[in-house]
Parts: sequence; C-alpha cells; structure tokens
Amino acid sequence: MMNDAFDLRLTEAHIEVHKFRSGAIVVSTCLALMLQAFLPVYISKFAVLDLPLLVTIYFGLSRRNPSTGLLLGMIIGLLQDSLSGPTVPFGLYGIANTIIGYLASSIGARLDTEHPAARGALTMMFFVMHQGVVTLTRRMLLAEPEPWFTPRLAIAAAVNAVVAVLLFAVLDRLRKS
Amino acid sequence: MAGIPSRHKSLVLLAGVIILQVVLLAVQIKRDSQGRLLRVWTVGAVSPFERAGARGIGNIRGTWSHYFALQNTSRENEQLRRENDGLKLQVNQLQSKAAEADRLATLLNFRQAQRNVPMLGARVIGTSADTASQTIYLDRGERDGIRRNMGVITPDGVVGKVIESYRDTAQVLLLTDKDSGVGAMLADSRIQSPVGGTGEPLLSMKYIPTDDTVNVGEHVVTSGMDRIFPRDLPVGVVAEIKTGRPFQQVRVRPAANLQRLEEVIVLLTLQPLEKKEPAAPAAETSGKSVGGTAAVNP
Repeated sequence: MMNDAFDLRLTEAHIEVHKFRSGAIVVSTCLALMLQAFLPVYISKFAVLDLPLLVTIYFGLSRRNPSTGLLLGMIIGLLQDSLSGPTVPFGLYGIANTIIGYLASSIGARLDTEHPAARGALTMMFFVMHQGVVTLTRRMLLAEPEPWFTPRLAIAAAVNAVVAVLLFAVLDRLRKS
Repeated sequence: MAGIPSRHKSLVLLAGVIILQVVLLAVQIKRDSQGRLLRVWTVGAVSPFERAGARGIGNIRGTWSHYFALQNTSRENEQLRRENDGLKLQVNQLQSKAAEADRLATLLNFRQAQRNVPMLGARVIGTSADTASQTIYLDRGERDGIRRNMGVITPDGVVGKVIESYRDTAQVLLLTDKDSGVGAMLADSRIQSPVGGTGEPLLSMKYIPTDDTVNVGEHVVTSGMDRIFPRDLPVGVVAEIKTGRPFQQVRVRPAANLQRLEEVIVLLTLQPLEKKEPAAPAAETSGKSVGGTAAVNP
C-alpha cells in the first residue's frame, strides 16, 4: 500500500500544467457562447451540444488549478444564463458550470487526461453530472418537476463526448509549447 | 483565508461561489427579476456578432443561389415561395372563417382584417444558449418599434411573444417554452382553452373538460382572449388526447415550424386587439369557455 501511494504521488508529479497563448481562454469562451447561440438557428440538431460546458471542462482539465477552474466555470455559466430565456434564472448554469470546472481541474491535477478515450469518458461523466446539478437546482430551488433521466440526456452525453474529443484536439493547438 | 490550509482553499472558494449564486437565485425568485442589466450587456455584446454572422450566411446563401445554382430558377422559386406563404395565410383564414359567414368578409386576407395592426418582418439571428428555455433573438429591436409583449407570427401560425426589447435586438419567448401561453380555441367546436408550452415540441391545451369532444387532427386557432394575437390565427393541430379528470390532456403540434425559424412577423401593437364575437347563438358557446386569459401570461 505504501508503494502504491508513493507511485501515485510520483505520477502526480509528472502531470504537466498547461499554459495557453494570451487571450486563448477568453476567445474560446466567447466563440463557444456565440456558436451555441447562433448555430441552432440554421442547424437545429446543434442544440444538443453544450459548447460552453465543453470549454469549461477542457480548460479545467488542462489548467489543473481548482480555483481557476471553478471561477472560469462560474463566468461561463453566468454568461450562458444571461443569454437564455426567462425560464433560466441567473445562477442556474452558473452553479452547474462552477462545480464542473472545479471537478475537472481537480481530476486534471490527479490523472493524465491527454488520451482521447479518457477525455471522451470524462466529458460524458461531466455532462451527466452537469445535467444532474441543473435538475437538482431546478427541483430544490425553483420547485420545478424536472425528470432526472431522459433518453435525450444519454444521447446528448454521447454526442458531446465525441465532439469533445475533436474539439479538445483543436484547443490543444492553443497551448504554449 | 489565512488560517485555512492551502489544500482546502479552493474548496472554500467553491463553497463561497456556489453560496453566492444560490443567493442570487433566491433573490431572483423572490423578486421575479431577470437581472435585466447583465442581460442587456451580454446581449449587446453578442448580438452584433450574431447579426454579422446572419448577414454573412445570408450573403453566402444569396451568392450561391443567385449566381451558382440556376440563377433564374432560384429567383423564381424564391418569389413563388413568398407567394405561397401569403396564400397559406389566406387559406388558413378562409378555412377558419368558412363556418361563420358573418365574419367571412373581414378574414379574406389577414392584413385586410387587421389593417390597423402594423407588422414588421424580422430575421432570426440567435437562440437561447441552453436547452432549458425556448427563445430566439431577432435582428430588430426598440429602434424599429418592437416592445415587450408584442405578438410574433409566421404565415404558418403563432410563434410567441416578445419578452425583451433591446436597441437593435429583441428576445422572443417561443410558444413551446414552459412559461409561454396563448389564448386559443378548437377551430370546429369553438371550445376555448389556453394553450401553453411544455418545454417539448408539443404544446398542451390544458382546460378541455372531459365531457367535450375533441378529435385528433382538429385545428386549434387563437381565441383573441389574450389581447396579444388576433382571433383565428393557426396555433396548431391536436396530436394526442388522453382522458383525465376534470380535464382532458390534449397535446397540440404547433402550426409554425418552431424548430426552424429564419424569418418572422412582429405585430407592432400593444393596443388590445379587438375581439369580434361570433354571430352564433350565445347558448352554443356558453359554458364551453374555460380559462380564457386566466393562464395566459400577460
């Protein structure tokens, strides 16, 4: 057991904290929000994607700093709330994205998340958790009877995971070498 | 934060940030406010890009359809489509009014019947950035005369109503949103009941008593009771009926294709639209009207 623990710490020490080109996070975030609000007008199926969430997950996993991750998640979530309709009060997606940003950066600090399979699996897990937090908030704070699980959620989680693998590979190019 | 071990600092920050947002939510619920200022800023920052994107896509489409893909046929097709939209509107009105001869003359054409209702065409430039709400953004706003609570339609039917109007942009709550509602009635039997959104593609007609007969495929039109939409605009078609007590559960498929809206018409009036009572005997309709404006959001 001692050796296992020692090995784990050794592995943690090798996990690299990635830095990005200046403005990369801001530009990616704005682009994700705009595409999320704009593309479903022309491609209605695009609404199944949650690009702001994928950006939150990516920078959380890469930056590996829980404080930065949760603050970025909060900002992205609140911006998403502000672009939404009256059924989405400020803070609904803010809370969900804050938690996901924190978890992503905490996990990113402990595991190597560079492999596409790991990224896909983690995104799927985070997507389901994100929906879980939104549903919990709606049920507890807004007293709205939201279902915990729908077939659409499973499909959306899978689609977002696949898109995340491709999107993360593109975002990797924004890292400082 | 000085006395907190460094490994727990982020956890404390997480708790603090979440508590702040929960308080923010609580304040909104209590005051029923949507934090208009932040919305104004965000929408103001994003809408120029959406507008530019919409214009860019419009130009690319226009270039393609007018120069690359059969120049004359494309133009002719566009003109025919426009005419077809106008004809659809006329046909819908005529079908709805055919049973009531006394009002036939006023409904030969929607524009003629509502001559005093100014209308404005607008392009859809964005949607809500989440799946929980059903809203769209238009490329016209306060400068074009659009105000809150104005009705929005297409030639196919009702789309929703304006919930926020900014300088050059307006946000429209679609009929399918959970908070949405419209005064409606069954076209054949004239039974009135508000129709509301469910957050899903089908709408819900909430207050049809179990004793009343409703048929799948029956048309649902506006009743005019909400004073936002004129009477007899298509709302949808009855798609499902489930028995229930005291009311049937009637699901309605929207007449307008709300999943794919590119251009809409805004009814530029906040004057309550005149409600013309049908000439049919009062006994025929009395007792069947349930709800009316009661469940329709003002």
